[in-house]
Amino acid sequence: MAVRRPQEKIAAEMVAVGYVPDRDLSTALWLMESLSRPLLLEGEAGVGKTEVARALALAQDARLIRLQCYEGLDQNSALYEWNYQRQLLAIKAREGLDADAVEEAIFSEKYLLERPLLAAIRQAKPPVLLIDEVDRADEEFEAFLLELLSDFQVSIPELGTVTATAIPRVILTSNGTRELSDALRRRCLYHYVDFPDVDREARIILSRLPGVDTALALQIAAMVGLIRKEELRKTPGVAETLDWAATLAGLDIRHLQDEPEAVYETLMCLIKTAEDKARMSREVTERLLGKVA
Amino acid sequence: MSAMPKAEQDLGDMMRARLSGFVRTLRDNGFVLGLSEVRDALAVLASPVAAGPSRFRPALRSLFCSRHSDWVQFDEIFDAFWLRRGMKSATRMSGAPQKTPDGVQAAATGARGLASQQQADHVQRGEGTETVETGQTRREGASRADFLGKTDFRHLTDPDDLAEAHRLAERLAVSMRARMTRRMRARARGQRLDLRRTIHKSIANGGTPMQLVFRKRREKPLRLVVLLDGSGSMSLYSAVFLRFMHGVLDAFREAEAFLFHTRLVHISPALRERDPERAVQRMALMGQGTGGGTRIGESLATFNRWHAKRCIHSRTCVMIVSDGYDTGPAERLGEEMQALRRRCRRIAWLNPMIGWRDYAPEAAGMKAALPFIDLFAPAHNLESLEALEPYLARI
Repeated sequence: MAVRRPQEKIAAEMVAVGYVPDRDLSTALWLMESLSRPLLLEGEAGVGKTEVARALALAQDARLIRLQCYEGLDQNSALYEWNYQRQLLAIKAREGLDADAVEEAIFSEKYLLERPLLAAIRQAKPPVLLIDEVDRADEEFEAFLLELLSDFQVSIPELGTVTATAIPRVILTSNGTRELSDALRRRCLYHYVDFPDVDREARIILSRLPGVDTALALQIAAMVGLIRKEELRKTPGVAETLDWAATLAGLDIRHLQDEPEAVYETLMCLIKTAEDKARMSREVTERLLGKVA
Repeated sequence: MSAMPKAEQDLGDMMRARLSGFVRTLRDNGFVLGLSEVRDALAVLASPVAAGPSRFRPALRSLFCSRHSDWVQFDEIFDAFWLRRGMKSATRMSGAPQKTPDGVQAAATGARGLASQQQADHVQRGEGTETVETGQTRREGASRADFLGKTDFRHLTDPDDLAEAHRLAERLAVSMRARMTRRMRARARGQRLDLRRTIHKSIANGGTPMQLVFRKRREKPLRLVVLLDGSGSMSLYSAVFLRFMHGVLDAFREAEAFLFHTRLVHISPALRERDPERAVQRMALMGQGTGGGTRIGESLATFNRWHAKRCIHSRTCVMIVSDGYDTGPAERLGEEMQALRRRCRRIAWLNPMIGWRDYAPEAAGMKAALPFIDLFAPAHNLESLEALEPYLARI
């Protein structure tokens, strides 16, 4: 009997929910599971880093909790916050009572607002925690994150320590706008997400857009692969490929070579800057189309 | 953890020895690996996944790599170690990008090159200098003699003077940092209410916020990115500049340093070493271009493609130290300068030759780059370095 290796099982689950991982990624996901380490995904914008977390959550039937990082993100918006309006009201309502009692009341669970990180460790079932674009957050936040990721407990001064009820599966993504600390990198498994090769991209198109036929999907993938090699300012990502494929399918195009005009006109799905538009002239488009077998 | 069998005992001694050898090789290549990674790797090797090198390669790669440069280097080192393929003939089994084709090899050869150059600074002048410099990186041996004749640093060729200049360059960098920070703090403005603390303080007043707590906005400190030309024509200046950069990196909270020759090397990690002598030696180990010629355009392209996004933010000054002699096409340099211009606040180009009498930027590369430069300044002596400070403080 053929025993399926664990990473193949994960790969199959991911494919079932519409994400086509390569072998390296499925191995990384399996390792993440078995070693309970966070997984750091790096790669250019548009290669589908965020999608990995989404698909993983779907495949495992877990809740996806997402923390979008940005400059100036602090604990208040990442971890927890007190509900100030309610607290103020409560203080007014209890006016005249003993100050200690009031304090006890307003710093209780009832007035606590959960933010993504706290929510992630207080689930009954392990969720998938996506910390998106961690490189945009400040260094201080990174240090704090590191602490959370190793202990999975949070101390709230007014309330006490909250220990994780379930250890979330953590996926971090980074676009490389800032160098992450070595400590964070060491804590994580690493996977560099590259643009998919023609084969995989075609499979992605097919799994997302069942209406497209295989030959067209292969042509589209090959064409996009060639366009990516054209040193554009903004390299088209997988989402753009899907847009384009949907557009072409909608126009009922069967063969890219038969309709160079339509291909050129729909390129705006892929090309997002004026400069790139100028570079992808009619001639260039036709030359690339010629290379698509 | 349940998927893993008890690892350590199940593995044969042979395998464990091999793994520790592999880890050592990776560490030599700049990977940062601790005990916990190695322990996890043992667990991976003991699990059913690891039926052969090609099977456990992806697992080890995820585990041991922690940045893109590791990622592209890994396959080569892996093949060399586990499959006993020569570094050069190693074929890639997976589709990893081949962005640094000469990773391991070049690091080894480059080490020799730069080490010899650094040594040269401490050797007495005379025939001796030339013998040290016959390494493969010294293609321009003949022109160097000319250089010695007219350089501004000629009175510094005495080892003691050189050491003194190095020390001064370093101190200058440190003092620049100190003054610039203070100015920034004085400028910091903008306040916003800190609700959490305000509420907490208001409890004592029955919930009326009497005492407001504010938060100050922090200013982004100026970040300095230095790209140093390490080619033969610059060799007399690069030693002083390395020390200057060491000082800058030591003192600035945010600074990055790169060295380029035929390719671009990120040298900040090496320069962060506290002891300057050791820093320069470590940097030598990180490699310098092999073969002759300076490809400024191409090196800048590498920088724009792989490092710029990470290194450059809205308050970044990019400082290029080069004489502008590019062996690549000048248009390429122009294009890349334009791309860089779009990203950063200021570009300063320090050219040691401006300090010479009758110098005009005639080199094709230099001409192509000029329109994109904010500050084109000399950097042939310590005074000219010092003159940079007011400029940087204004950014």
